[in-house]
Amino acid sequence: MRHTISVLLENEAGALSRVSGLFSARGYNIESLTVAPTEDPSLSRMTIVTYGSDEVIEQITKQLNKLVDVVKLLDLTEGAHIERELLLIKVNVNQPAVCDDLKRMTDIFRGRVIDVSDACYTIELTGTGDKLDAFIKAVNPKLIVETVRSGVSGIARGNRTLRT
Amino acid sequence: MANEAEILTGAEILVRCLEQEGVEFIFGYPGGSVLHIYDALFTRDHANKIQHILVRHEQGATHAADGYARATGKPGVVLVTSGPGATNAVTGIATAYMDSIPMVVITGQVPTTLIGNDAFQEVDSVGITRPCVKHNFLVNDVKNLAMTMKKAFYIATTGRPGPVVVDIPKDITAHKTLFAYPDSIELRSYKPVLSGHPGQIRKAAELILSAKRPVIYTGGGVVLSNATEELTQFTRLLRYPITQTLMGLGAYPATDKQFIGMLGMHGTYEANMAMHECDVLVAIGARFDDRVTGDVKKFCPHAKIIHIDIDPSSISKNVRVDIPIVGDVKHVLIDLTKEIRDSGRSPGEDALTQWWAQIHNWQEKHCLYYDRNSELIKPQAVIETLYELTGGDAFITSDVGQHQMWAAQFYKFDQPRRWINSGGLGTMGFGLPAAIGVKLAYPDRPVFCITGEASIQMCIQELSTCKQYDLPIKIICLNNRYMGMVRQWQEMFYDKRYSHSYMDALPDFVKLAESYGHLGRYITKPEAVRSALEEAMAIQDRLVFMDFITDPAENVFPMVAAGKGQHEMVLSPLSPQTPVERELA
Ligand SMILES: Cc1ncc(C[n+]2csc(CCOP(=O)(O)OP(=O)(O)O)c2C)c(N)n1
Repeated sequence: MRHTISVLLENEAGALSRVSGLFSARGYNIESLTVAPTEDPSLSRMTIVTYGSDEVIEQITKQLNKLVDVVKLLDLTEGAHIERELLLIKVNVNQPAVCDDLKRMTDIFRGRVIDVSDACYTIELTGTGDKLDAFIKAVNPKLIVETVRSGVSGIARGNRTLRT
Repeated sequence: MANEAEILTGAEILVRCLEQEGVEFIFGYPGGSVLHIYDALFTRDHANKIQHILVRHEQGATHAADGYARATGKPGVVLVTSGPGATNAVTGIATAYMDSIPMVVITGQVPTTLIGNDAFQEVDSVGITRPCVKHNFLVNDVKNLAMTMKKAFYIATTGRPGPVVVDIPKDITAHKTLFAYPDSIELRSYKPVLSGHPGQIRKAAELILSAKRPVIYTGGGVVLSNATEELTQFTRLLRYPITQTLMGLGAYPATDKQFIGMLGMHGTYEANMAMHECDVLVAIGARFDDRVTGDVKKFCPHAKIIHIDIDPSSISKNVRVDIPIVGDVKHVLIDLTKEIRDSGRSPGEDALTQWWAQIHNWQEKHCLYYDRNSELIKPQAVIETLYELTGGDAFITSDVGQHQMWAAQFYKFDQPRRWINSGGLGTMGFGLPAAIGVKLAYPDRPVFCITGEASIQMCIQELSTCKQYDLPIKIICLNNRYMGMVRQWQEMFYDKRYSHSYMDALPDFVKLAESYGHLGRYITKPEAVRSALEEAMAIQDRLVFMDFITDPAENVFPMVAAGKGQHEMVLSPLSPQTPVERELA
């Protein structure tokens, strides 16, 4: 099953490679991994999307907890939670019809055009992975110049939190 | 804060930190990146009691520190230079990691200004060692050095112990700062648990008391937790059979009648059969290693399993358990024993009597039987004789192979920390340097290294270290002219195609030992075994290398072949039948 795990870890050089090294050394799957410092600059927060049997997921959380740099973690999948991902997509717009179409679609998906040049629009879109997939699918593949996705960031709903 | 407030260089600070930690020995080898540190050791030498032991290869330094740590329970300390010094140390670090041995390894590094430039003798030591350390550090400011050392010792020695690497760039060892060593430390991200959950302990007690065919299965965790006393009380109270892993030997007295021998790939018939038939398994400080379980699908098919371990990630990793208890083995055993005592109940008498009768029947198999009338020296006989002569009280280090298994089977360890071997990584070359660490820790105690003619050559250079520090270790080389364990597998599973397992062009070990300034003995006849051992033991002040020319065809039995269930053992063709088998036949 797919699991989204949030990890608070010491914002230290090498902490990220301890986590990624753990996944490769033990043969665990990583679908995406995002990391950035938190409001407390001594801590980073990481969101890992992984999949595996219940036993494997149990091992993953235990092995992560065992890393000396890991302060705390929360398997978001165990409760209600929100996941968001950012997509930046550059699309070729040399025909006016394409241009209108694309703007309409961007509105429907609640995205924004954030850069315009003679040949291209760059669109920003946030949402779940599914929504981003749907948007990309809706664009004529021949016109897509480039895409970049951030990987998932997640947070639990309601009172459930991951803090020190 | 300790009461010292001096401006010191990083190198001086490092030495002070080691003093504050009560370090007795540093096992090391110098080089460019650690010259400031070596200088600080030199100039501080008159004042402190730390002794530096100069090995002949950095692998030897790590194994020696490891042997010291296994024998004493204190962390071993290693100091090596950057680049090749660090890479040479990696095997020893991984060896310690696999067996959870506390160790602090200081590696020199190129100056911070050169890191990342492919500088002379630069390797990414933190990167290379990351998968085989409990934790590691790169010190990037002299102000952090003392705190980092404090953390390193704290992490290495608490929780599930393990090696910690501290990588120190050369310029940091020259920079100066105010030295202050913290008395204690807390890390928000690292808080090992001690006590087990009371609810789980209650459930475990309940299950233990209701068992009809119980087995206690213990591992290296009992040794690491210094819980021999608690384990012995627990086991005697219950009168249940107990078996131990290769790493656990000595934690419960092997001569006690409740001990049914080692389990696993080369465990006893009775231990493996009891595991297979048991209805309740109490696993204590053991990790269900594949060398123990055999095919996990066939492992303990009838058992409810209780697992006590300090490392949550060890629980349900290989085998699903019913009652996990996370905690320090010592603490949990105290609480569990109390819970059982307080319940006022005792194990079911009839079931237990029947179970012991069954086990005694298996014991009739005499699974460790070997030919005592052979014209050739049987390796088992050498170890049995050694056991008799030392009264089971010697420190025994070993290398890896058949000789290691025979040592484990035939030397009865009644005390913990006497049996020093590389169980997890299975590192040939471990035995001799490990014996150096043990002998330094216990100069007045007998220390034997049981080895093979292949293994001993992997760290043979440490004979020179033994000479320099006058370490009268006794080396027992069971010389079968083969990589015996490899040959055994080739005989059994590869149709006797002995591909590259023959040790051609062996040195004359007697002359070799003598050239290092030691004594060498060449023993070829079974009747000379006892006198050779007696003579070596009588020579208190010299290292004696005993080259026993043994039966090259001898195999280790019983054996659970890889992929088989633990009850599917191959026994020696010489093993007698059990009474039940005789009746059936
Ligand atoms: C460093 C290392 N290389 C290879 C092996 C694989 N190996 C395991 S046992 C063995 C043979 C050991 O031969 P010897 O030391 O003569 O002992 P014997 O089995 O004959 O008692 C080998 C090569 C190992 N364990 N460690």
